[in-house]
Amino acid sequence: MYEYSSFDHEFIAERVTQFRAQVARRLDGSLTEDEFKPLRLMNGLYLQLHAYMLRVAIPYGTLNSRQMRQLAMIAERWDKGYGHFTTRQNIQFNWPKLEDVPSILQALADVEMHAIQTSGNTVRNVTADHFAGAAADELADPRPIAELIRQWSTDHPEFQFLPRKFKIAVTGSPNDRAVTRAHDIGLRMIVQDGLRGFEVIVGGGLGRTPMIGKTLSPFVPLDDLLPYLEAVVSTYNLLGRRDNKYKARIKMTTHEHGIEEIKQRVEAQFAKIKPRFAGADLQLLKDIEQHFAPPKFKPLIAQVEADSAPAQTPVFRAWLDTNITAHKAPGYAIVSVSLKKPGATPGDASAAQMRALAKIARNFGHDELRISHEQNVILPHVHRADLPQVFQALRQADLAAANIGLVSDIIACPGMDYCALATARSIPVAQQIATRFQALKLEHDIGPLKLKISGCINACGHHHVGHIGILGLEKAGVESYQITLGGDATTEAEIGTRAGPGFGADEILPAIERLLLGYLKLRLDRHESFLEAYRRLGLVPFKALLYPQTRKAA
Amino acid sequence: MIVIVNDHGFSLQNDLTIAADLSSDFDPEEITSELLQRSCIRITLDSFADGRGFTLAARLRQCGYQGHLRLAGYVLADQYAMARRSGFDDVEISQEFATRQPEPQWLARADWRAHDYQSRLRRPAGPSQQNVESRN
Amino acid sequence: MSLTASSKVVTANDLRSGEVLYLRFPHSWTPELAKASVIKDSDLAKASLAFAQGQPNAVVGAYLSDVIDEIDGPKASHFRETFRSTGPSNYRHGKQEV
Repeated sequence: MYEYSSFDHEFIAERVTQFRAQVARRLDGSLTEDEFKPLRLMNGLYLQLHAYMLRVAIPYGTLNSRQMRQLAMIAERWDKGYGHFTTRQNIQFNWPKLEDVPSILQALADVEMHAIQTSGNTVRNVTADHFAGAAADELADPRPIAELIRQWSTDHPEFQFLPRKFKIAVTGSPNDRAVTRAHDIGLRMIVQDGLRGFEVIVGGGLGRTPMIGKTLSPFVPLDDLLPYLEAVVSTYNLLGRRDNKYKARIKMTTHEHGIEEIKQRVEAQFAKIKPRFAGADLQLLKDIEQHFAPPKFKPLIAQVEADSAPAQTPVFRAWLDTNITAHKAPGYAIVSVSLKKPGATPGDASAAQMRALAKIARNFGHDELRISHEQNVILPHVHRADLPQVFQALRQADLAAANIGLVSDIIACPGMDYCALATARSIPVAQQIATRFQALKLEHDIGPLKLKISGCINACGHHHVGHIGILGLEKAGVESYQITLGGDATTEAEIGTRAGPGFGADEILPAIERLLLGYLKLRLDRHESFLEAYRRLGLVPFKALLYPQTRKAA
Repeated sequence: MIVIVNDHGFSLQNDLTIAADLSSDFDPEEITSELLQRSCIRITLDSFADGRGFTLAARLRQCGYQGHLRLAGYVLADQYAMARRSGFDDVEISQEFATRQPEPQWLARADWRAHDYQSRLRRPAGPSQQNVESRN
Repeated sequence: MSLTASSKVVTANDLRSGEVLYLRFPHSWTPELAKASVIKDSDLAKASLAFAQGQPNAVVGAYLSDVIDEIDGPKASHFRETFRSTGPSNYRHGKQEV
């Protein structure tokens, strides 16, 4: 794991000092709210519906037990005893007081964390595959380059006031788990003639106008990556629209100018700035890479393999079936800890749960934790022999829901329960759906399903790329929920299709129930997933399930 | 009345003649060799949220501009370090801004060479730049 | 004097805590919508909003919000404002805490 250099420490300390002064200047009137707002946003502080909200970066989703314990401490000391993990590998505290925020930032700095650039029109927290460094299918760990990008983008003097926010995601695996095609820049590692580099995808994004990113360059060698990224962001900074915030993201710039023009400008600028980097960046990357050396894996002990453990119970078996992913090291497993216990708020963890996770990571997980964009916690390196103990410890912390990848493993943004931008609530919809399907005992029968809920058009809940997406809007003074079908967040990313008119708050659960019970009858057999059945049959039969009245009338 | 802000604080002395006045929407593709010969270029921001000025300054420097570069208009004290790091030499603000954002708030960012990630990532540009620090 | 299209209250967030507040005449702020002063005159609405916006060191983001004036105090007429006046639905936090 990356450990701060003395430079990082001093930088973060300086930023805390600056923010303390900025808060003081806001309170003494030197700064107006309009002027203070971008400064607080640069430090992750929003003013939401009921309170301030502090968004803390978890760069590329990686943290250790000490950091997780500190998040628990912050939750208890300055918030209401919990935190909310987001689709951007951040954690949000929903109730901090303005005057406490500098102290919270100091507490984060103490454990090498920060809230810098988790908001505002700047390069945001860089996200990565949550299985990085552990997945059996990856070419290489994408996190060293993500850390280099973090350092490059942090406080970049040109890019603090971009036309709009800018999100970068990196994957080192051909199986995209970082939704790279839905980011302003998506980077996919490629090895070409033994040379490591990245396919650079630009202009993806969800929100009001969802777009799948386009390939700007099929291969940028690792050595050129930073100047290439700088050329892209610099081009966007000058070219992106500033007259209309709905047309300001790079997806719109790319759409309006065409990928060829962007490419031409980027390459001209790249040629100009490449000599200025002159290898200092690569030297730093080498240094960073040492921090991401794999842990010292324990040897494989065949006879205590979890799969043959005598103490197996059906609940443990069920949990193994859904929450374990193949690890690259023999004898190891990747454990996904579900923060989606049916009825709970997706992505929320209490301080006690954070401490339990920290302890499990330290005792059984080489001291590493990850936050996934699906709002779950990952223990990336667990020896299979330790799985029964890990499961027991998770159960004691009420964290053993065996539902990863199933209907109740719902992504949901905070929605109108917290967010000032939301047009409807998301959390109660997620709670109802998860609770209902658990009661029906149909989750396993339905099988792999990505259900994603956003409480407004900004699509923090990624509804466009859910197999089933739900978008909460306001219609005639009440909450109304639109359903999209057939979205896909994986390598073959696809935007879902809107199924028809919205459903009222009391109609959305029955609609989802009709849809999924109907799917069980439509599928060829239990091996055909919802998405596969949708791709085979198209929208029509699913639409008929959602709108039975319309069909009768027709 | 205008105030010039540099690393030493406020100055009411303004003895430079502006040779070219650019707005933030100036297209860098129009940077000519003639422009690069001017002695003092001023870039004016109508809004502090308009980040184009910073990239424009960087582009001028990347094209080899050696003259004086001044940032003017709606600039916050918190942006002083960004301005200096992007290639500006000083900032011009109105008296009203200078009153509301007094000198100490600008001087607080006069240490713009310190804590700068960028200087660690690229070739030292001049004697004022620090070399890549070693980790300790 | 001219009447506003609907009854209104002035609402904002507390600068320090972020909590939702309502203007109560003559010039105090209350966290309870039921205790907010209901405005029906458009000049008074304008003046009250201006008063709120003139307190940048106390509140942030003041605006006029539509309410239904009932016997036991004003009630929000839009669901967003109802949530602001009560708190989130997943935990009994904010104004629901005793």
